[in-house]
Amino acid sequence: MLDVARLRADFPLLAQRENGHPLVYLDNAATTQKPQAVLDAIAEYYRTTNANVHRGAYDLAIRATEAYEAARAKLAAFVNAWAPEGVVFTRGTTEAINLVAGSYGRANVKAGDSVVVTAMDHHSNLVPWQILCQEKGATLRMVEITEDGRIDLSDFSRALERRPKIVAFPYVSNALGTVNPAAQLTALAHAAGAVVVVDGAQSTPHLKVDVRGLDCDFYALSGHKMLGPMGSGALVAKPELLEAMPPYHGGGEMISRVWDDHSTYNKIPHKFEAGTPNVEGAVGLAAAIGYLERIGRERIAEHEQALAAAAIDKLTQIEGVTVYGPRGKSDRAGVVSFTYGDIHPHDIATILDQDGICIRAGHHCTQPLMRRLNVTATARASFYLYNGLNEVDALAGALVKAGALFGYVPA
Amino acid sequence: MDTSPPDPQLSALYQELILDHYRRPRNKGTLEHATHTVSLNNPLCGDEIDLQLRVDGDVIKEARFIGRGCSISQAAASMMTQLLKDKSIPQALALADRMSAMMQGDDGAARDKTLGELRALAGVSKFPVRIKCALLPWNALTDAVKP
Repeated sequence: MLDVARLRADFPLLAQRENGHPLVYLDNAATTQKPQAVLDAIAEYYRTTNANVHRGAYDLAIRATEAYEAARAKLAAFVNAWAPEGVVFTRGTTEAINLVAGSYGRANVKAGDSVVVTAMDHHSNLVPWQILCQEKGATLRMVEITEDGRIDLSDFSRALERRPKIVAFPYVSNALGTVNPAAQLTALAHAAGAVVVVDGAQSTPHLKVDVRGLDCDFYALSGHKMLGPMGSGALVAKPELLEAMPPYHGGGEMISRVWDDHSTYNKIPHKFEAGTPNVEGAVGLAAAIGYLERIGRERIAEHEQALAAAAIDKLTQIEGVTVYGPRGKSDRAGVVSFTYGDIHPHDIATILDQDGICIRAGHHCTQPLMRRLNVTATARASFYLYNGLNEVDALAGALVKAGALFGYVPA
Repeated sequence: MDTSPPDPQLSALYQELILDHYRRPRNKGTLEHATHTVSLNNPLCGDEIDLQLRVDGDVIKEARFIGRGCSISQAAASMMTQLLKDKSIPQALALADRMSAMMQGDDGAARDKTLGELRALAGVSKFPVRIKCALLPWNALTDAVKP
């Protein structure tokens, strides 16, 4: 386990009290808190380096551009990207996937083609493909999940028989915590001739990600889920694919020459970064990466697995609690989704909040998955490097209180 | 483990009457010969209600609902359907206004006997994110009867 007490000192917000209790922040799959190093990097950027990038002829603008491009290189190395120019900064995972659907998808998917997604995809890796397929007259095929919350590999193979143009899936499920066999799924999809889009929103913060090792084609990630600022994120892609893709947004920065009625476009990645970028976000994200690298992602993954295992153990001891997702330790990240008898997850979240415990209640932007679990909502605790076993105990203790308040009687 | 007694605000929120309506909802099901139906959901949390009314002239003769959601939204729906029976549409809309005032923390509304059992929901006003749960069935009502 990590030295949580020492790490927490780096996160000013975690010292706050909520409703008179120490803050127990267990909604890290939604967003993470920021270490002082990230806050300092952002403030330092504005104090010393701020200017518009890729434009100015003066030294300050050159330093801003260098900071921005250094962040790109840092992120490229962090996920073992094919090249820094294969990293397009976006507002986050959602925009990155929309970029792929709106550019690669619109150029390559035609009427009668199919696109494959899974029943555990977040709406951000589903709705863009729905829009694309509706526009093109293509078929969207949703791969089923197994009882224990894994992608059903036989259904996945059946979906590939139609030789889909695009296969999209999450590396780690935000609602179940399942760590999917991303390299295996990618190899199968490639063998069927598909291009592979991996939603990396929940994997990048928690696992040692190697996109070249996975051999996927597109990989989307969010900075705010990995200690970085909101509004930072990236699409990581094979450069040759980006080269061949039409632009996504038009505007400044993405052009080469502009005529009255047409334009030529800038080189990648700039072709996909129209307008003034979120330099503050990139600089903050680079600081977050530095922080994560100092701890080590293997150690972070191990820490979270231990917390998840302890939480599953404690929660399943409470009569009436159902935990969803895989029970194995190796293919599960630090996300624990559960229900408690007939106590609605929103009521659980309200009751826990009175003890300063922040969890998520709802459909987690995975309504098709909720239907398959036969629930409208679950409660979800999700852990990060600054959470400790005492917080797992606090969660379990508050749940017992919720049961008492609701007069929960086991069936 | 924390064994302190539950917070008084929480006890006020989850009164026995509310849990009773949550677990044994009144007027839940499909209404034959409904004259007004409306479906509303809260896209953020997924609470759902299908409200069905049988209105004769301008009097609500019967109200039933089908719904899924938290204790607050479902108890509010159950209590509302009881209260609406034999109310005129202007009376029903006036009650919706009183309910809304109670959710804004209006003490007068919280003591207003015309709200009947719904007064048990007064504690919701202390939990701003849950106010939309209590008002979901009432928003369905105003949608259903608006001209």
